[in-house]
Amino acid sequence: MASLRIKRRSCLSVRSAGLAACLLLAPCLGPGQTVNSCLDCHSAQPGDLEVTPEKFSQDIHSQKGLTCTSCHGGDASNYDPDQSMSRKAGWTGKIDRKQVPQVCGSCHSNPAYMRSFNPSLRTDQLDQYHTSMHGKRLATGDTKVAVCTDCHSVHDLRPPSDPRSTVNPVNVAKTCSCCHSDAAYMKQYGIPTDQFANYSTSVHHDAMVVRGDLSAPTCSTCHGNHGALPPGVDKVQNVCANCHAFQAQMYEKSTHSKAFQDRSLPGCIVCHSNHGIHMPSDAMLGTGPGGVCMQCHAPGDHCDRARASIQTNLTQLDSAIKDADNALRLAESAGMEVSEARLGQDQARDSLTKARVTIHSFQTALVNEDIQAGIKVASANLKAGKDAMVERNHRRVGLGICLIAIAMMLLGLWLYIRQLES
Amino acid sequence: MFTALYRWLDERLQLDGLIAPFSHKTVPTHRLSYWYFFGGITLFLFIIQVLTGILLLLYYRPGANEAFESVQYIMTRVQFGWLIRSIHAWAANLMIFTAFVHMFSVLFLKAHRKPRELTWVSGVILLYLVMGFGFSGYLLPWNTLAFFATKVGTEMAGQVPIIGKPMMIFLRGGEEVTGATLTRFFGFHVAVLPGLVTVLIAIHLFFVQRQGMSVPPRTEAEWTAHPEQMREMKFFPNFILRELMAWYVAIGTLAALAAMFPWNLGVKADPFVSAPAGIKPEWYFLFMFQTLKLIPSKVWFIDGEVLGVLGCSLAGLLWLLLPFFESDQPSRTKAWITGLAVFALVYVIGMSVYGFLAN
Repeated sequence: MASLRIKRRSCLSVRSAGLAACLLLAPCLGPGQTVNSCLDCHSAQPGDLEVTPEKFSQDIHSQKGLTCTSCHGGDASNYDPDQSMSRKAGWTGKIDRKQVPQVCGSCHSNPAYMRSFNPSLRTDQLDQYHTSMHGKRLATGDTKVAVCTDCHSVHDLRPPSDPRSTVNPVNVAKTCSCCHSDAAYMKQYGIPTDQFANYSTSVHHDAMVVRGDLSAPTCSTCHGNHGALPPGVDKVQNVCANCHAFQAQMYEKSTHSKAFQDRSLPGCIVCHSNHGIHMPSDAMLGTGPGGVCMQCHAPGDHCDRARASIQTNLTQLDSAIKDADNALRLAESAGMEVSEARLGQDQARDSLTKARVTIHSFQTALVNEDIQAGIKVASANLKAGKDAMVERNHRRVGLGICLIAIAMMLLGLWLYIRQLES
Repeated sequence: MFTALYRWLDERLQLDGLIAPFSHKTVPTHRLSYWYFFGGITLFLFIIQVLTGILLLLYYRPGANEAFESVQYIMTRVQFGWLIRSIHAWAANLMIFTAFVHMFSVLFLKAHRKPRELTWVSGVILLYLVMGFGFSGYLLPWNTLAFFATKVGTEMAGQVPIIGKPMMIFLRGGEEVTGATLTRFFGFHVAVLPGLVTVLIAIHLFFVQRQGMSVPPRTEAEWTAHPEQMREMKFFPNFILRELMAWYVAIGTLAALAAMFPWNLGVKADPFVSAPAGIKPEWYFLFMFQTLKLIPSKVWFIDGEVLGVLGCSLAGLLWLLLPFFESDQPSRTKAWITGLAVFALVYVIGMSVYGFLAN
C-alpha cells in the first residue's frame, strides 16, 4: 500500500511538472501550428511514457493524419490534464494488452476505412490473429504472448517496406527472437529457444541478410505472420513447396512420402532440418558427416546401393563440369575464342541442378537421365577447350615458320641492298 | 621472264615514262633518316586494313541482333577468320601508333615548316580520320565495352554548345545508342571514312612527291656550309627496298601479336545492364578522356564537360594550324613550337599512363 502511495505521489509530481511545461510552451505556438497537448507533455515524461514529436512523426499513422486521440481518445487541444485526459473527453488511457488487437482491428479490419489509405492492404489481420497461437493464448488470459505492438512497435510504427521497420523481412527473425530466444521468458511454454540461433546459420538467413534477397524465407514465411502457428507434421512439405515446387512434386510421388507419413515423420525436415537449413550438398547422400540416408537405411540394402550409385554419378558430373571449366579457362587465358562452349557449360550446370532436384523422386533411373545429359554436354565442352589449346599450338608453330620466312626475307633484302650500294 | 613481260607492257603502256621521275627522285641521307619510314609503315598498315576489312565484310553482318554473332562466327568457324580479325584489330592500333610517331617525328624534324604547311594539314586531318576509324570500328563487334565506350564518346560530342545535341543524334541515329547507331557506324567505317582517307592519302603523297623529303634545319645548315657532306640515296630502289624491310618488320610484328594475343571478342552488348565499373576508352583516346575527368564539374560559370570538350576541339584546331604560326624563314624556326611539341608529347604519354593506371 505504501509503495502504491509513493508511486501515485511521483506520478502526480510528474504530472504537475508536465502541466507547467505545457502551459509555458502553449503560447509559443505560431499561427497554423496544430495543438497537441499529449505530445507536448509526453515529450517530457520519463521512460515508457515518453513520446516525442520527432518519434511520433516517424509513425505511419501520424503521417496518414492520425493523432494520439485516434487510439487513446481524450482532447489533445486542451492543456489541462484533468480535462484532456478525462473520461468525459473519451480518454481511455494506456490500452490494456488484452485490448490491443481489438483497438488496432477497429480500423485495420474495416475494409471501407482502410481502402481510403491503401486499397491493396489486407484487413484480415485480426481474424488471422484469433487463429494464431498468440491469439488463442491471449484469449485464455495469457498476456505474455505477442500482441500487435510487440512486433510492429508503437508510436514509431513504420510500414513493413521500410528497412527500419521491425517487421521488414530482414528484421522479422530478430523481432520474433526477442521473445522466442529468451529462455527465461519462454520457460513456461516448454518450446525450444534455439530457432533464431539455428536460423542465423541457415542458407535462408544467408540469402536474406547477406545477399539481401527479400524473397528468401524468414519466420513468417513458413509460420504465417498474424496467424502464426507451427505447420503440422504432415503439412511441412506444403510449406516448403511454396518455393521448392519441383522438389515437392517429386517428393509427393515418391515412396518416401508415404513412408514418412506412416511413421509421422515431418517430410522435408527429416533430411534438411527446419530452422538451421544448410546449403544441401552431395555429401548428404554419403555415409560420412552430413550424410542423411543412413540415418534410416541399412548398409548394403537396395536403397543404399541406389544412394551410392546416385552419389557417384553426381560426383562424376560435377567433376566433368569442373574439368571443362578449367580447360575453357585455360583456353580463354591463351586468347582463344571459346564463348560458345562457355555458354554450353550453363547447360551442363542446369543438368546438375536438375539431377539434384530429381533426387527428391528417389528414382535412380530418372536422376541418371539428367546426369548423363549433363556429362554429355560437359564432355563436349571439355573437348572444345582441349581443341582450342591444340589450335593455339598450331598457331604458334605457324607463327614460328612465318617469322623465320620474314627473317630470311629481311636478310635477303639487306644483302641485296648492300650489294646494290657497293 | 620478268624483263620480257616488262618490255611487253612498256611497249603498250610506256611504263618507262611513268617510272622515270621515280628513278631520278632522291631521298636525303642523314643520322635521322629512319624517321622517314614511319609514314610508309602507316600507309602499309592502312593497306592491310583495307584488305583484311574486305575479307571481314564477306562474313560480317551489321545489326544489333547479328553483329556479335557474326564476329563470333568469324573467330570460331571461318578458316583463318581469327587471324584476319586479329590482324585487322592489331593493325588498326599499330596504324594509329605509327601515325602519332610519324606526326611527332615530322614536328621534331621541323618538316612542317614552309613550304610543307599543307602536307602537315593533310597529315593531321588524316590522323583525325584514322582515330575516327578506330572509334567507329570499335563498336562494330557490338560487345559491352564497345557499346558503353560509344555511349560515353557520343555523349561527349553532345556537350558541344548549339551543334552538340543534333550532332549526337546524327551520330547515334536517335537519342540512344541502338542498332541504328551500329548500322550508321558501319556505314562511316566502310564507306565514308575509307573514301575520305584514300583521297587525302593521295593528296598527302602528291605533296610529299612534289616537295621531296624535308631535311632537319641543323643538317640543312651543315650541308649548306659543307656541300661535300651532303648524302642522298635513290628513292627507287634503295629507299623503297629499305621501306620494304620496315614493312616486313611490321607484318612480322602483326603476325606475332595476332597469334600470341588474338583480339578478344568480349560479351555481347546489353543496353539494359549498367555500364561496367571503370570503363575506359581505347588507349588513343585515353589522354583526352583523362583530361575531361580531371576538369571540375563547374569552372566559374561554365560546365566542366562543355569546357573540356571545347578545349580539346580548340587544341585540335590549333594543332592543325601549327605550321602557320612558324617563321616564314625556313632556317629560323620558333623555339616555342618545339617546346609545345615536347609538352604535347609528354602530356599525351603522361595522361595516357595516368588514365591507364587510374581506377
